[in-house]
Amino acid sequence: MLLSDIRNILDAKVLTGEDEAALSAIDIHMACGCDLMSDVLAFVKDQALLLSGLINQQVIRTAEMMDIRAVCFVRGKVPADDVIELAKDRGIALIATEMPLYNACGILYDKGLRGKDK
Amino acid sequence: MIKHYEISGTDFANGGEASSDFKTVLKKLGVPMDVIRKVSIAMYEAEINTIIHGHGGTCDAEIMPDRVVITFKDSGPGIKDIDLAMQEGYSTATDQIRELGFGAGMGLPNIKKYTDDMQIETSEGKGTTVILTIKL
Ligand SMILES: Nc1ncnc2c1ncn2[C@@H]1O[C@H](COP(=O)(O)OP(=O)(O)OP(=O)(O)O)[C@@H](O)[C@H]1O
Ligand SMILES: [Mg+2]
Repeated sequence: MLLSDIRNILDAKVLTGEDEAALSAIDIHMACGCDLMSDVLAFVKDQALLLSGLINQQVIRTAEMMDIRAVCFVRGKVPADDVIELAKDRGIALIATEMPLYNACGILYDKGLRGKDK
Repeated sequence: MIKHYEISGTDFANGGEASSDFKTVLKKLGVPMDVIRKVSIAMYEAEINTIIHGHGGTCDAEIMPDRVVITFKDSGPGIKDIDLAMQEGYSTATDQIRELGFGAGMGLPNIKKYTDDMQIETSEGKGTTVILTIKL
């Protein structure tokens, strides 16, 4: 699923400045919804999107270590500027939706974006 | 080649800088992506542990022709019962750490999973040394 489609489905704002073309160039194959970075680090999959209600630097660091391409913040949370700058520097796209975590994950799942089986 | 890093015990926001830098080094050397990811995850878990449990320390990451060896050393409280600490879900992290997204008790089991060898030397009240080896 293209990040541009995910942005539309979740009615999300783009925080890292990617234009339409850049968003459509990011193809997401898997997603993981989690506030615990410890659990995210146990989830290894390619081309993944992380949905999280946590907005600190370590979310970006965790994404960086896992080669996660994009992070969606939920519940209307927006991280501080230095967190957004770190993401830009590391080539991680950030979007933000008003939806709570459960709903955001549920809607994407319904549209065909799956998580890890085990 | 050896990279040396100082790990601050108070600057949680910048935690992960060593792992981030070393990942860049491995990428430049052309190490395969799946190997880099294993190194990065294990190293980042260990780096976070050095910060939140060990109150800071040092990290030396050495690249050899056939393997990567990463040593984290701290002078923190040490680990009382290593077998217990290795169990999934065991954590002494405070609520403050949990609010930051850590403290699930998954770090050490995760490090074990992503490395070819993990050695822990620890002494109560003196500190902890964790040595990770990943084959290239
Ligand atoms: N460097 C260290 N110094 C002192 N104690 C440590 C150190 N590393 C780990 N421990 C102890 O071992 C426990 C388990 O560590 P582990 O990394 O598995 O989980 P965690 O750090 O508590 O949570 P998570 O890694 O999931 O965020 C810790 O809660 C802590 O009590
Ligand atoms: Mg840990």
